[in-house]
Amino acid sequence: MIHFEKFTLKNGLKVIFHKDESTPIVAFNLLYNVGARDEDEKQTGFAHLFEHLMFGGSINIPNFDEPLQKVGGTNNAFTSNDITNYYITLPKDNLETAFWLESDRMLSLAFTDKNLEVQRSVVIEEFKQNYLNQPYGDVWLLLRPLAYQNHPYKWATIGKEVSHIENATMDDVKTFFHKHYLPNNAILTIAGNVDIGDIKQLTKKWFGDIPSGNTPLRNLPKESKQTKERRLKVERDVPANAIYKAYHMCSKNHPDYHATDLLSDVLSLGKSSRLYISLIKEQKLFSEISAFISGSHDEGLLTINGKLLDGVSFKDAESSILKEVEAIKNELVNENELSKVKNKIESTTQFSETSVLNKAMNLSFAELLGDANNVNLEVEKYQEVTAEDIKRIANQVLNESNCSTLIYAKKENK
Amino acid sequence: MINRTKAPAFHQINNIEFLDAIKTNLDNGIKLNYINGGSQEILKIGFIFNAGNWFQNKPLIASSTNQLMKEGTKKYSAFKISEGIDKYGAFFEVENSYDTATLTLYTLTKHLNNVLPYVKEVLLFPKFSEKEFEIYKKNAIERFKINLEKVSFVARKDFMSLIFGENHPYGTNVNLSDYNDLSLNHITNFYNENYNLSNCRILVSGKVEQSTIKSLNHFFGKEQLSKKSLSKKQATINSNSNSSIYIEKENAMQSAIRIGRVFPNKLHKDYFGLQILNTVLGGYFGSRLMNNIREDKGYTYGIGSGVISLKDTGYFFISTEVGSDVTKDALTEIYKEIELIQTQEIPKEELKLVKNYMLGQLLKSCDGPFNMASLFESANEYGLDYSFYNNYINTIKEITPKTLLELGAKYFKKSDLKEIVVGKL
Repeated sequence: MIHFEKFTLKNGLKVIFHKDESTPIVAFNLLYNVGARDEDEKQTGFAHLFEHLMFGGSINIPNFDEPLQKVGGTNNAFTSNDITNYYITLPKDNLETAFWLESDRMLSLAFTDKNLEVQRSVVIEEFKQNYLNQPYGDVWLLLRPLAYQNHPYKWATIGKEVSHIENATMDDVKTFFHKHYLPNNAILTIAGNVDIGDIKQLTKKWFGDIPSGNTPLRNLPKESKQTKERRLKVERDVPANAIYKAYHMCSKNHPDYHATDLLSDVLSLGKSSRLYISLIKEQKLFSEISAFISGSHDEGLLTINGKLLDGVSFKDAESSILKEVEAIKNELVNENELSKVKNKIESTTQFSETSVLNKAMNLSFAELLGDANNVNLEVEKYQEVTAEDIKRIANQVLNESNCSTLIYAKKENK
Repeated sequence: MINRTKAPAFHQINNIEFLDAIKTNLDNGIKLNYINGGSQEILKIGFIFNAGNWFQNKPLIASSTNQLMKEGTKKYSAFKISEGIDKYGAFFEVENSYDTATLTLYTLTKHLNNVLPYVKEVLLFPKFSEKEFEIYKKNAIERFKINLEKVSFVARKDFMSLIFGENHPYGTNVNLSDYNDLSLNHITNFYNENYNLSNCRILVSGKVEQSTIKSLNHFFGKEQLSKKSLSKKQATINSNSNSSIYIEKENAMQSAIRIGRVFPNKLHKDYFGLQILNTVLGGYFGSRLMNNIREDKGYTYGIGSGVISLKDTGYFFISTEVGSDVTKDALTEIYKEIELIQTQEIPKEELKLVKNYMLGQLLKSCDGPFNMASLFESANEYGLDYSFYNNYINTIKEITPKTLLELGAKYFKKSDLKEIVVGKL
């Protein structure tokens, strides 16, 4: 159980505070409700590039990292298709430094040309390092546009292509900042051994005078229901053949979300899971197999993917997956299987709550999706899932007409 | 109006509170150390064996033994083992490193007695069947082939044999053919030699109660320990005579760079100073290498350096992946920074920042029983205790630019460094 208090400043900034007396470290998490899904299709990768620019100095403070390191703190950030999240951990006595730094860059950035030029190169190197210069690195650059035809999830957070990052201008940067980086478009969560009185005073002092703006309206194109299976085959210079099957699933706020998550766990979580036992251990068709959900806020994907062993045909590999899919659609999972994946959720939750930073992040995420208190209801929601639910979801989701299949073949005569 | 240009007042960290580590033994003498703390009803239990790469005579034996222990025992199949542990939501992870091999159980306290029978089977009665061995080998080869396509993997792998030499246990290089030479016999022998309970220490953290120790005693404290003492292995470093290696990879968009050398470990008087110097050079986000190669030139997504302590010695490395077209320029800039720490005192302000940063990080690494247990063990492994960290704190507070310059000149000579580039020059 994570206890917390919640209040909102006049400018609309939501603040959540969780007291944890056991730690000398305080976590300071600032979430902006903007992600890659809010980008223009001709300017993808921008939310993430922008995240980099947030470290290039703000209106009153030339360097973000230095003053924080000087007080023993550390920070980072990440961008997803849904959100941009900035986080700091530091010794609790020095908490005010985090307020000072984060509030100044919410107020305004320095917008220097040098920062834009350098971070543009850094992000292009990141693009190469994680997507282009890695075996199988481009999988999601291929799979997303296959699975999504309308919704902006069709591009990856890093962007559709390098040229979009190359072409970003300072004007674009400023427009983006003024549109999305507003107190009324953010959630601040603090977790640690401090007092609510201090949090209220510090929040008001540093964030209180930042003007609010028009909360950006999100009106994203809805993905129309897929009715026919989609397939794409590519050849790449990789050592092993791989297959990816992505099925449309519900959104994160949907009542079926937890059952869908458990469905993927029954299929592949751990070495006693169905796909692992059947396809790796018994039939020896794959060297790796996994099933997982994207966890995105809007309608997501349940993906099954695996790397084929040498000499196994794509046809045999795929039909072995489909056989497991049929089995889970036709028969109820047994009680042991179900309680196993539920117990894993319970222990994973317990272990994740040993960290103040995890707690702060999870509170922010839950608040964005409706209510911070949902962090305390998650385990229960998983517990309520029945074998019938799993079967129902399997029948609803795991259909070929709802699936995008990527055949990732190795180039022969290599 | 508040003055936003002025930083709020702050405090340097003066002392760090360590959670007590209790040292005890099971009834049969197995060493058990525990750290009790935190509010969750959870436990992390590590079984640490001196059975890392150091103890193998050929590549892959130590790691394969470590991996295969879970794949079936005298009593249970691989499936039964996994299911028995998964059923209670517990996690059982294995890890092999240069010196030690560790099997770690993560469980809710309430399920401890349900999962320990399976852990005991894995530790004491692994079967090492031909069938599981073949599956393991085949899949490991596939993973290895994929890793060989990654420039960073190849650089990391070949770097160790470059600095320690192929014949040194830390420098053993793995090639695809080594998988074919691997036999189940090697693995069974390695297990019998090194996985004795007398060669194991147990580290428990989380909500540790008397009943926890009692359970561990019940499952492990009654076993007869073998009296056989393990022979201490000696090794000499004969580093590769080349000072640099270049492995060309056609069509690489980035080159992986590693530069480094053999270094003193935790038992050496210069260790703390070298950690501090390393932090300045490449050990944190604001380091000189990050500032120059990433934040000024934009050559890379990231660059870092580290001082790694191993039981017998240690090493220093710088690591990055840079755009292929700027590989040469990046190397020039890296050596410029290395040169600077040998020739110029670190400015006072910069050193002050690094000191505060390091103290903050140390405070963070003491946060909670799990972190504390790792910190405890990484001193305990060397026969050291918490006073090691108190000395570290004092050194951080007191070290001067002059001392650091002397260390820079002594340890960072270009002629002592070795370099590997995988990609395009």
